Amino acid sequence: MVPPPFLILTARLPRDPHLKYEADPSQDGPEVDDLLDAELVDAIRKDFPILDRKMREDQRLVYLDNAATSQRPTQVVEAMRRYQQESNANVHRGIHQLAEEATETYEQAHADVAAFVGAEGMECVAFTKNTTEAINLVAQGWGLTNLEPEDAILVTELEHHANLVPWQQVADRTGAELRHVALTDDGRLDRASFHDQLDEDVALLAVSQVSNVLGTVNPVEAMTEAAHDVDARVLVDAAQSVPHMPVDVGEIGCDWLTFSGHKMLGPTGIGVLAGRREALEETEPLLFGGEMIRRVTKDEAEWAEMPWCFEAGTPPMTEAVGLSQAIDYVERIGREAIHEHSRELAARCQRRLEEVGCEVYGPAPEHRSALVSFNVPGIHPHDLASIIDDDGVAIRAGHHCAMPLMDHLGVAATARASFYIYNTEEDIDVLVNGIERAEEVMSVEEDGR
Amino acid sequence: MVDATDLYQEIIMDHTKSPRNYEHLADADHEAQGDNPLCGDELTVYIKLDDGKVTDVTFEADGCAISTASASVMTEAVEGRDIDDVEELVETFKNLVTGEEDANAIDPAELGDLAALRNVQNFPTRVKCATLSWHTLQAALNGRDEPVTTE
Repeated sequence: MVPPPFLILTARLPRDPHLKYEADPSQDGPEVDDLLDAELVDAIRKDFPILDRKMREDQRLVYLDNAATSQRPTQVVEAMRRYQQESNANVHRGIHQLAEEATETYEQAHADVAAFVGAEGMECVAFTKNTTEAINLVAQGWGLTNLEPEDAILVTELEHHANLVPWQQVADRTGAELRHVALTDDGRLDRASFHDQLDEDVALLAVSQVSNVLGTVNPVEAMTEAAHDVDARVLVDAAQSVPHMPVDVGEIGCDWLTFSGHKMLGPTGIGVLAGRREALEETEPLLFGGEMIRRVTKDEAEWAEMPWCFEAGTPPMTEAVGLSQAIDYVERIGREAIHEHSRELAARCQRRLEEVGCEVYGPAPEHRSALVSFNVPGIHPHDLASIIDDDGVAIRAGHHCAMPLMDHLGVAATARASFYIYNTEEDIDVLVNGIERAEEVMSVEEDGR
Repeated sequence: MVDATDLYQEIIMDHTKSPRNYEHLADADHEAQGDNPLCGDELTVYIKLDDGKVTDVTFEADGCAISTASASVMTEAVEGRDIDDVEELVETFKNLVTGEEDANAIDPAELGDLAALRNVQNFPTRVKCATLSWHTLQAALNGRDEPVTTE
């Protein structure tokens, strides 16, 4: 196989000091962040043919909707194509050569994910359809069977509906109390609120590592430790963190960790539930049927060992191949470097948006990951998204599946720009120019409405 | 190709910035709430009827320019009409913004300000914004208790 173009660029170019984000000196200890080298980003972009697509009337695609789903590099698509055309067979059931190859490939994908997120082993990694299903697996497989009316479930006010609604259901069905960690004015978790509510009744803490709306990076490691001190289990929704930053189940110490393939260069249709062995062993399967059993009689069945007990039915084999390849791609660039790059872009975007009078939600750059939610005064985000779509700019507008957080912000919706490895400072220029054009179209400047 | 800027014609912007009949109608005898779960837009329509005729119609909304303008234009268009007439207009409007052929044959002069929303048909993602108030109006007239959604 031809090596990906960026691998040729192993030596990093000297970094341009002018590209550094100049942090507000009043803020505490901002880290000095860097973008990926321009030449490396150019090489990366060549792996994503969709970025060469012309939008509408020949505009370059400026893809700033990565928090919804990332694009996929040729290497991922090609690995999936090859698997489909050269090795496809159903796993775990055949004794022919193709089945053996498919099984080995599929099991290797579990091992790759385990290594990627620091799980104890492949048995501590189960594939699901997506993050939502992984959270539901824990909510139903552990929450419904373990929680009682005297228990409390602690979530936060910045959760995606995927890490809120399942717990509402568990609370509803078990009688457990649902509690919410409040937010500070700048969109971080309120430490006092967390500690006030984390008492002996709390049996589960469910928290996202990075907010999909505010980009806030939550201190999940310290929160996990505090939760374990009161014997609570901890689920970390890492859908927005795994694509960008080093995430390690062992270091965080959490019991379950969930994320999706499609936000980290992998395909849709595959999500991950990783975790500590002990917690996974307490988790009942969500789906029952073939592949997840060891022995079945007319009246009952025994489950297969982990992780297969969580993967009833023919699993996402092709998607697992794609996810493995995506992990490989991400690891070759390095998650530290990716995080610096996407945080740097978010910081610059935040500054530029504030300069042109936008209201930016969420914390200062040092507490923020790879995205920026904002509003242009007088322009509804839907109208903004429609207008800058003419410029080839893809942003998200809406409530981002976090309606309680919108209530906290006092808005019905926001616009959101989210970044990844192939985004550049020029992308921010196009966005900002688009915003200024939108203000003209909506004649906001004339009468200030 | 139609640009998004074609969506925001002067008439639309006028209705967005100065929405007509934008108020809570305390003595409404019909009202309904509508929301677009995709974007969080919310809207309430209030109606007063007399002898099968819409004598007063108002709305309140938290939404985009298209949904606000559409609601504003709607209140002007239906006030004073018979209910049957309103139902017919709702269907005409829906056809107009979804680009149904027969609606495109309608003389713009007959549609008045409604015609300004015709370009929505080129933006499938915005059709729900334009029709939210009309669905809500129908719900209010039909006395449904459940909030309507665009889904």
